Amino acid sequence: MIKASKLTKKYGTKAAIQDVSFNIDKGEVVGFLGPNGAGKTTTMRILTGYIPPTSGKVEIGGLDVFDDSLEVRRKLGYLPENTPLYLDMDVEVFLKYIAALKKVSTDKRSNHVSKIMKVCGIDNVRQSTIKTLSKGYKQRVGIAQALIGNPEYLILDEPTIGLDPKQIIEIRELIKSLAEDKTIILSTHILPEVSMTCSRVIIIAEGKIVAEDTPNNLENRLSGVAKVLLTVKGPGEEISSKLKEISGVKRVNIEKTQASDLVDLEVASQKDVDIRGQLAQAVVQNNWDLLEMRREVLGLEEIFLKLTTKE
Amino acid sequence: MNSIFTITLKELRSYFTSPIAYVVFTMFLVLSGYFFSVILFISKEASFRGAASNIIITLLFLMPLITMRMFSEERKMGTLELLMTKPVRDIEVMLGKFLAAAILFITMLASTLVYIFILTKYGNPDMGPIWSAYLGILLCGLSFIALGIFASTLTENQIIAAVIGFALVLLLWVMSWISGNLGEVDSELLSYISLSTHLEGFVKGVINLKDVVYYLSFIVFWLFVSVKSIEIRKWK
Ligand SMILES: Nc1ncnc2c1ncn2[C@@H]1O[C@H](COP(=O)(O)OP(=O)(O)OP(=O)(O)O)[C@@H](O)[C@H]1O
Ligand SMILES: [Mg+2]
Repeated sequence: MIKASKLTKKYGTKAAIQDVSFNIDKGEVVGFLGPNGAGKTTTMRILTGYIPPTSGKVEIGGLDVFDDSLEVRRKLGYLPENTPLYLDMDVEVFLKYIAALKKVSTDKRSNHVSKIMKVCGIDNVRQSTIKTLSKGYKQRVGIAQALIGNPEYLILDEPTIGLDPKQIIEIRELIKSLAEDKTIILSTHILPEVSMTCSRVIIIAEGKIVAEDTPNNLENRLSGVAKVLLTVKGPGEEISSKLKEISGVKRVNIEKTQASDLVDLEVASQKDVDIRGQLAQAVVQNNWDLLEMRREVLGLEEIFLKLTTKE
Repeated sequence: MNSIFTITLKELRSYFTSPIAYVVFTMFLVLSGYFFSVILFISKEASFRGAASNIIITLLFLMPLITMRMFSEERKMGTLELLMTKPVRDIEVMLGKFLAAAILFITMLASTLVYIFILTKYGNPDMGPIWSAYLGILLCGLSFIALGIFASTLTENQIIAAVIGFALVLLLWVMSWISGNLGEVDSELLSYISLSTHLEGFVKGVINLKDVVYYLSFIVFWLFVSVKSIEIRKWK
């Protein structure tokens, strides 16, 4: 259970995050989604106790992150932004070092580290110096070090950034497989990532939480509207007024009048009714030519933009 | 306690993956060897006094090179965040690093005992002042390390950390020299603060408890300030 209440962090007079509150239950995988500078990293640093908030408090597993800092840190696996690693160390030596810091007992250390290297798919590079590894492998080493000591809580700041598509899928699979017995928070800019790995999304923009729900609900809630895009040959205003008469149509916008007498129109309707048939009929009955028609439902991508950009 | 040694071991290992430790070690051996041979062949006197002050001056230049990486590198690479979010206390991190630098320094200093051994072959030196001078150099060197570590908490840049470290060590070394133009109380204070005044006794063969306490509190003070300095991120 992670409980953040009214977190505010100010740098000088500028607030990086403001009144951020959320609860995360055991076993959840929560995605922190937000554009650059939204405050994701700041929030995660506060959750891990690396920096204190200007005001507000965080409890992890019933313990205050600052008052019981050491105890909380034992239960926490953290991948900081940009995956900082000791580049001059060998992978295995590095992970054993982290295991020692995480108080994994000496006799279990080797086994534990080997197991995690297998899980993360890095046992083939165990003897390599970290700086010689590719970006993707460094990322895996970063995730591996977060897993050392079997933490109950995992906080991953952009775990898939800079990876190739194949590796992104592998890391997502890895995160999903970890989700069974861990509470996970990850941050990302990438939308499909959230809908694929997370049970809940927290969208944050300019330091404030703007939405919080399951990926599915978010999609449903905000995409009550479907759009049909039409290209018709005929008089723009007249077409527009005719289409408005059709039942189920909420709004008709003339997008642009193209060269000669072509018009692009955007027709908004209820999501659950498909008005394409009626639209086509109306156009044909008036002897206009229907050149193109396409239906769109708002995806997470648009929702994200809608929520995070100001009108 | 275990965390301290874990960090010490890791730091020692990383000394030997970078050329700096080798270069410093070699330079130190070469220079101190030169100082000893000067004693033997020029002053023809089996005494350690001259060599001792030369060794300490050498350390004044070399020590900031040993400590410059300690925190600046962690800050630059972002590994400080990795380290500080593990279940270790800030003071454990500090002591772990201090101990690593101290072990390297003690190894360096211990290798010069070979020269002392040669000294005893050629003459019959008074061993008392030699051992007390060694103790003085040890304490003074550890003080340089504490100050150097503090310097490396101030910046992400190793070179700047070395320069600041050197400047601080030098400043605290020469503090007593500028006291001449000041009033009585000020000048006494300055020479008390100065690192160099407390070494004089040791080199002469006199171990004053006062001087030992001075060096120990100097070390504790700067390590404490260093801990505060890496915690500064929390107050900003
Ligand atoms: N140490 C700092 N000093 C001053 N301002 C800071 C500091 N760290 C972050 N900020 C500011 O706080 C805001 C939030 O930054 P943060 O790094 O949390 O964003 P983010 O959501 O992680 O962005 P990104 O997706 O780019 O990683 C930004 O406006 C940033 O400029
Ligand atoms: Mg970030």
